[in-house]
Amino acid sequence: MSTAVHLRGLRRVFGSRAVLDGVDLDIERGEFVALLGASGTGKTTLLRILGALDRPDGGTVLVPEARTIVFQEPRLVPSKRVLGNVVVGLPRGAAVQEQGRRALAEVGLADHARAWPHTLSGGEAQRVALARALVREPELLLLDEPFAALDALTRLRMQDLVGDLVRTRRPAVLLVTHDVDEAIRLADRVAVLKDGRLVTDERVEARRPRDAADPEFTALRRRLLGDLGVRLPAAGPDENEKAGRPSEGAIR
Amino acid sequence: MTAAPVETRAYPDLVVPRPRIPRPRRRGMSVALRTLGPLALLGGWWLASATGVLSPDVLASPATVADAARELWADGQLTDALRVSLTRAVLGLACGLAAGLLLGVVTGFSRLGEELLDSPLQLLRALPFLSLVPLFMVWFGIGESARVVLIAVATTFPMYVSTAGGVRNVDRRLLEAMRTFGLGGWRLVREVVLPGALPSLLAGFRLSMTLSVIALIAAEEINSTSGIGYLMTQAQSFSRTDILSVCVLVYGLLGLAADLLARGAERVLMPWRAKGAAR
Ligand SMILES: Nc1ncnc2c1ncn2[C@@H]1O[C@H](COP(=O)(O)OP(=O)(O)O)[C@@H](O)[C@H]1O
Ligand SMILES: [Mg+2]
Repeated sequence: MSTAVHLRGLRRVFGSRAVLDGVDLDIERGEFVALLGASGTGKTTLLRILGALDRPDGGTVLVPEARTIVFQEPRLVPSKRVLGNVVVGLPRGAAVQEQGRRALAEVGLADHARAWPHTLSGGEAQRVALARALVREPELLLLDEPFAALDALTRLRMQDLVGDLVRTRRPAVLLVTHDVDEAIRLADRVAVLKDGRLVTDERVEARRPRDAADPEFTALRRRLLGDLGVRLPAAGPDENEKAGRPSEGAIR
Repeated sequence: MTAAPVETRAYPDLVVPRPRIPRPRRRGMSVALRTLGPLALLGGWWLASATGVLSPDVLASPATVADAARELWADGQLTDALRVSLTRAVLGLACGLAAGLLLGVVTGFSRLGEELLDSPLQLLRALPFLSLVPLFMVWFGIGESARVVLIAVATTFPMYVSTAGGVRNVDRRLLEAMRTFGLGGWRLVREVVLPGALPSLLAGFRLSMTLSVIALIAAEEINSTSGIGYLMTQAQSFSRTDILSVCVLVYGLLGLAADLLARGAERVLMPWRAKGAAR
């Protein structure tokens, strides 16, 4: 497999504080990497640099030409209908419209093509944002806590949806999240950002579909939470039951 | 940041992301670029006069105009005229801005206000204020008040239209949220609506300011015995294009100063917009 993202010694300084201070990261094509970190550790900053929305202050950054971002908020143009939002910026034409419709169908919103963005629920709007990213057939998909604002049920559904879509389309994915369970459920690899660098970068070995009750899942979860500075009580008999609740490990 | 060539070669199908965000410019550079335009105009004028393209009967050369300005300044005519004209403009503008702001907030914020006030105001707005000059002379006589009222009327409408638009465009969801936190009435207007509408308010401020100078010229043609307009009328009867040019230049500088004021106000009044970050 060839490389889709290559980062060496990436630095970004705000004022006198180095938010990113020597980040090294490689992502293979088709690989799904989850980036964990407490709030304010620079996850969004890293993602914005990869998406060419921000400028690094040092280091090497290499990314593929075709890349798209799903932001934490949907960021839909209120004056365009849903389909118009999906194909925004693409050349006009029937073929593109058809592509947009197919992307909407993939995220389960085929019926909403002519709706106005403000009439959508939070989860629907975020799915439109996802369709907008997918219709561009990116080689690198950048997801910035795309599910953070959703309710737990919708979040689970969105996670499955993203997992399926990514498996069929095989872009390289960088998912920024602060939800440990989400990271383990979806990713091939998880990395933890802390004090400006990646303190953990490891493969998720648990078998798919991943079950929070799987001992490998719980062990990894415990380790990642430790890296994030959360201490859990020593593993007791109720540990598995607790881990069964999907967003239990979220850092808030 | 430069990608090491070795690494770029190792990944031939990857690229360095190039953010399309302007690099922050140093303050001095920005000011220099801003003064470039007026300086170019001045240079063009000087060049045209020096080469004879612009005959002195049409427009005096910069040097003669500077001389005339110095002369007017020395004998106190210019300062007197400026003081009188500025007083008129500022008084009229203040009244116009206050009226426009008040009407704009009322129509922008309350549906009833819009239904009651908007159409009559739009109707009045459509009247060219220059056509009101004779009427105002009848109503207010030829004294100061007619002039100030004329400027006030002229400057009310741009402020009104901008304010109403800006207030109407304040995020409804934000207002809804603030209402649930117990913010309402005047406090809601002052703490959320007006700051939210501030860009439009400042746009209206600028438009009104420009218009106040135009109205000033019209107002000072009402039989006046002082002010820049009076100076111009006199210069006109003696065919002194140098003095005429000084007066035109003064109007231009007034407009420029007004614009700088608005810019400064923008920076001071909207610190949250200062750095233009889009996150
Ligand atoms: N434009 C900016 N100017 C100054 N500080 C910034 C800017 N953008 C981000 N930061 C700071 O960088 C840190 C990391 O921000 P961010 O990447 O958004 O964190 P997160 O990991 O929560 O996504 C924060 O402390 C934030 O205050
Ligand atoms: Mg963030």
